Amino acid sequence: MTTHTTAPVSTPRPAARPAGRRSRRSALRGRGAQGWLYAMPTAVFVGLFFIVPILLVVQMSVSDWPLLAGNRGPNFPENFQDVVANKYFWPSIVFTLKYTVIATVLLLGLGLGMALLVQESTRWKGFLRTAFLVPSALGLASASLLFYALYSPQSGPISPFLEKLGLVDEPISFLGTPTAALWSTVFLIVWRFAGFYMLLLLVGLQNIPGEVYEAARIDGAKPFQIFRSITLPLLRPSLMLCTIMCVTGSLLAFDQFYILTKGGPDNSTITVVQLIYNMAFQGQNDLGRAAALSILVLLALIVINALQFRGMRQTDEK
Amino acid sequence: MLARRGQRQRGGRRHGRDSPEGVDDGTQLTLWTRAPMEKQATLLVDAYNASHENQVSLTITPNDDYVAKVGAAAGSSSLPDLFAADIVYVPNWTSQGLFTDITDRIDGLPYADELAQGHIDAGTYEDQEYVLPFVLDLSVMFYNKDLYREAGLDPEKPPTTLKEYGEHAKAISALGKDGVSGTYFGGNCGGCTLFTWFPSVWAGGDQVLSADGTESLLASDTAKDVYAVYKDMVDSGAIGNGTKDETGATWTGPFQEGKVGVMPYPATLLSTAAETVDVGVAPIPGPDGGESTFVGGDGIGISKDSKNEAAAWNFLSWLTSEDAQVEVLAKNNDVVSRADLADNKYAAVDPRLVTINEVAAKGSTPVAINFQQAFNAPDSPWLTLVRGAVFGDAKSIDADNDEITAVLDQ
Repeated sequence: MTTHTTAPVSTPRPAARPAGRRSRRSALRGRGAQGWLYAMPTAVFVGLFFIVPILLVVQMSVSDWPLLAGNRGPNFPENFQDVVANKYFWPSIVFTLKYTVIATVLLLGLGLGMALLVQESTRWKGFLRTAFLVPSALGLASASLLFYALYSPQSGPISPFLEKLGLVDEPISFLGTPTAALWSTVFLIVWRFAGFYMLLLLVGLQNIPGEVYEAARIDGAKPFQIFRSITLPLLRPSLMLCTIMCVTGSLLAFDQFYILTKGGPDNSTITVVQLIYNMAFQGQNDLGRAAALSILVLLALIVINALQFRGMRQTDEK
Repeated sequence: MLARRGQRQRGGRRHGRDSPEGVDDGTQLTLWTRAPMEKQATLLVDAYNASHENQVSLTITPNDDYVAKVGAAAGSSSLPDLFAADIVYVPNWTSQGLFTDITDRIDGLPYADELAQGHIDAGTYEDQEYVLPFVLDLSVMFYNKDLYREAGLDPEKPPTTLKEYGEHAKAISALGKDGVSGTYFGGNCGGCTLFTWFPSVWAGGDQVLSADGTESLLASDTAKDVYAVYKDMVDSGAIGNGTKDETGATWTGPFQEGKVGVMPYPATLLSTAAETVDVGVAPIPGPDGGESTFVGGDGIGISKDSKNEAAAWNFLSWLTSEDAQVEVLAKNNDVVSRADLADNKYAAVDPRLVTINEVAAKGSTPVAINFQQAFNAPDSPWLTLVRGAVFGDAKSIDADNDEITAVLDQ
């Protein structure tokens, strides 16, 4: 009812308006102001929750800023020198890169495989999709705690189960050696995220028109040829999106290692973000150094993402 | 409810102005502590709230997140009125000015000289006192009497030397019972190992730190003997599954499940462990005898940001009173922080508490400004030393000890 009565009022009536030019200019100005108004909430939020914190981190990174005492004046470039001189700086970078490569390859490979499986399978489609996706509903910290319990040498069920089956003779120490700790964490991440990447790639797969496949089949292409020459190229945008998300996510890995290994055993699984946390809250209690490392990580991420986007654009142009 | 109100009328005298007991005028106070002290903190706060006009609201934070939480609050000047701190962090926190100076108030207590000296010393910075003992946590040897009987050991004869501890652990391990081990410790946890191993060094007559807390003395012959006993237990398989990986989250769990024969343990958990296990208690011995303990736990002070200093002091003065120490802490099997109350009616009932209270006087609290970074942090040089000394070839102890000194001396 109300919409019917208000609608005619808002329609412009040229006859009722005073002298043309000024009204148009004020209308333009009005529209500009309106545009600003629309953009304002986002601008305020970005400014308040993104720009301001980053500026604060930049200020911290050039200041002597102990956790408990607050700002004690400038300390540049000592903070950055101290960060690079930290004995876990290079090991943490090497470990983070290694972890990123492993996680990205496994997640994208398995995600794609699962997406194809769900796509092709007609009978089990619903069941498979749900089964793959359910772990994604669990928070990463909760999932890490779950695996902490599963891996626990005292109470975890996996090791006794394998022993009963006769697959292993001794209790398995899932987090006891550097290699075991890395792969145990990778397993958790694959379990938690493969379903998520499957979903993203599934959307990409469904966007490939059926006619292309039909045409290929009429031309007598074999399944592998179809996959290599049609599915992969047409899936590239989705694959690139997944790669960027996966690489960025893995470079910033923290929760899983913080809960499962705390950087151990023997400081072998310290990621860069964990090193930031250690500098800020675990002993050194130095927010200045932690902020300096954060800035370095931020710069590295910007460069890596820029390279990835450029790669994506180039392939698009081809 | 009625009883509660009655108590409050009896106990809650109104103080209009500041007095030696502080002010009890219905102020709302806030108190922070970390999860390991949850039981004692809850009991104390409930008892205080029931008998006073002031009301304390308690916030408990997981152990690993506590420093971050306090740090964030300190930076934004939003610390609570009262907050507790792991006693080994107290020297650092007082030097950073997080607490209010309460020297005169502490000295005004008639029993000031009876308060746990280790905690008072840790809370003293440049001759000013900032901190009172909140909850004392001592490390003592716990042993499972049932497993001792099964292994043919005398359940009334706990180990009197560290080497004997090793023999007992091996004997229980030799039972071959499923899931049962001779001993257990936090092999990947700096805080657990310092809490349970330092006493053996002290009992052996050596120190762990120089008096000013800038030099590590953990490569002494006594210290090496201590590591050797633990290494021997590791090599002979007397340790429980997962000892090497134990980051401290569950290091007290297996004993409570009755799966560990004998191990150094926090005394605050006696009542909890006694629910499921027939627990025997003994002092932690040195390699060849002697006894000592780590006087740990939390100190508590009034924060720099508190606007209710007089009311907050009312809680602290009550905390050290006989009402709180005996009727709350001792009654619940906890250690009192006043020497003159160690011999109280509750402690006398349980010989284990007598043992704990007696050894408290022989213990120490190490004081160093950079303690957390040198010992408790997951990437601390102490943890490197521990793991090298008992899981590795024990050849890097001297070098690792130098690393600890390097951190302490920054």
